[in-house]
Amino acid sequence: MSAALDETGGRRSPIEEALVHVALVLATIAALYPVLWVVSLALSHGESSAGRVLPIPEHLSLGNFREVVGTHDRATGAWIFGRQLANSLLVSLSTAAVGVAIATPAAYALARFRFAGRERGVFLLMATQMFPGVATLVPLYLILEKLHLLDSRAGLVLVYATTAVPFCIMQLRSAFESIPVDLEEAAMVDGASRFQAFLRVALPAARPSIAVTSLFAFMGAWNEFILAATLLSREEAFTLPVALQRYVGEHGASWGHFAAGALIVSVPVMALFYVAQRHIVSGLTAGGVKG
Amino acid sequence: MASVSIRALRKTYPGAKSKTILKGIDLEIPEGAFTVLVGPSGCGKSTLLRTIAGLERPDSGTIHFGTRDVTRAEPRDRDIAMVFQSYALYPHLSVRENLAFGLELRKTPRDEIARRIDEVAPQLGLGELLDRLPAQLSGGQRQRVAMGRAIVRRPSLFLFDEPLSNLDAALRGEVRVQIRRLHQRLRATMIYVTHDQVEAMTLADQLVVLNGGVVEQAGTPIDVYERPRTRFVAGFLGMPAMNFIDGRLAVVDGVVRARAAGIDVAVADDRLGDRDTTIGDRKVVIGIRPQDVQLSAIKPGGIDLRVELVEGLGFESHVHGTLGLPNGTPFVARVEGGDSRAHAPGDTLALEVDPGDVHLFDPETGLATWA
Repeated sequence: MSAALDETGGRRSPIEEALVHVALVLATIAALYPVLWVVSLALSHGESSAGRVLPIPEHLSLGNFREVVGTHDRATGAWIFGRQLANSLLVSLSTAAVGVAIATPAAYALARFRFAGRERGVFLLMATQMFPGVATLVPLYLILEKLHLLDSRAGLVLVYATTAVPFCIMQLRSAFESIPVDLEEAAMVDGASRFQAFLRVALPAARPSIAVTSLFAFMGAWNEFILAATLLSREEAFTLPVALQRYVGEHGASWGHFAAGALIVSVPVMALFYVAQRHIVSGLTAGGVKG
Repeated sequence: MASVSIRALRKTYPGAKSKTILKGIDLEIPEGAFTVLVGPSGCGKSTLLRTIAGLERPDSGTIHFGTRDVTRAEPRDRDIAMVFQSYALYPHLSVRENLAFGLELRKTPRDEIARRIDEVAPQLGLGELLDRLPAQLSGGQRQRVAMGRAIVRRPSLFLFDEPLSNLDAALRGEVRVQIRRLHQRLRATMIYVTHDQVEAMTLADQLVVLNGGVVEQAGTPIDVYERPRTRFVAGFLGMPAMNFIDGRLAVVDGVVRARAAGIDVAVADDRLGDRDTTIGDRKVVIGIRPQDVQLSAIKPGGIDLRVELVEGLGFESHVHGTLGLPNGTPFVARVEGGDSRAHAPGDTLALEVDPGDVHLFDPETGLATWA
């Protein structure tokens, strides 16, 4: 086994090496402890966690998951969890799709063309990112009310798009700027129009960045709670984060259900990350130009 | 094939630091000729090429391909192919798809595309690489793909923007020969931009030297080299660069002589304009190429070159020294043989120059006296 090197290339002593490892192990435990508790709570059906230090359930059970997934509306008997999962998926996918679809041509234009108001436009887009979503809560509520879009998935997508679009534009503008303009010029000399050069050369070259940007836009919508909790009032319109919050109420908390629900909400994001990481390959544009 | 005719072309980049890059370019590029645009960084050679390609719009002036005015035409409507300095290969497409890209856009039938790729790929040694992505190729291979992409199109005009500048020296020489062979085979009109004078001299049928957005001189490489029209052209072409010495013209016994501290040489008549034969005394810049001098052991009455250092290159040596006094005019001479020990610092050598090898330039305008 080769001895470890420090950042200056010098060898560490065994004591230093051990201390570094101890520090890393402690940091890992600190980071994982709450997560392990969530897993433990989710798998401990009907048990109290009070007084326990280690997040290890006495009896493993999938009861919490079954009850969360199997939630039905008391009045109608409809499968409400399925409905809320569909709401979350639809709203998040739509937000990502709307965000990227509007942002991609806008980002390309900002990256490639010089026009009046370009710099100020970029500044304004950045400015919108400085305010937290809650700051715009009241006006957004009033606008949606006027549009009769309160309590609707379309209304929520519209609200999420107000933050997703500027975010996606800023992300993708840098992506397009990093693509050498030579590629599109070569395409135009080869016979492409400006639009064809964008569609057939710039867009495929920006594919990894578009994938990552979509993922972030999806995650932003998927995890969002405050806006959704304010703008949605009917249980069948809830997204999963709003639905989850109902397990922790004023008069009692069902932490097991909450933990199981939290894990269920995390799964799609983890799956998306897994899929997207194949696209987050550095250097897809490598080789196109000198290097 | 097409001839290219450029008239009074001007281009200014707008903005706070507005800069005029092309200041009225007039240029005729004959059909089938290999024309090299050469000049230092910022001289406008790449902008001129990009304007010919349609990637830049001129402020005024015209560009004709044959009889067709293409000044305002889109790049795709000019029937040109361009090899970029960066190669600009489409990173998400295989070599085969890169070659086919332009033909597909022009709705060329699939079997014709396949036939052309099969024809061109072996010529450039790309046969084995057709299914690879650009990232999987070496620099030389990418350069060949960029060339292949231009060739399969069979355009009426080829444009090259410093295509060899990213290759190492050995590969550069190899590809240079390939490009020259390609031109001999295709006899297509080609315009090639470079700042490398070796590429310029070896490739060009017509050499165009640009400086500060104007054409300093255009002509065959040997003509431009032997009869530089300006001091800039004289200094730009040739390695080591031409020696320039501030001096005066004088007529002695009916012979025009150029004189400066430590040097006095006769000047051939064809180096002088009509007006010079009648002028007795005037200021000039004397230009002498390092390889146009003969060095020998000291002879009384000749020009003395005091050696300061010698650079041995193996096949030749560059002798750096001063003319006349130890603190006289700096001068570089090129001699056969690469042994730097042949002459030692402190040696004094006799220097001779043929009158036909003396160039004279006006100190004010930089123009050659014959121009």
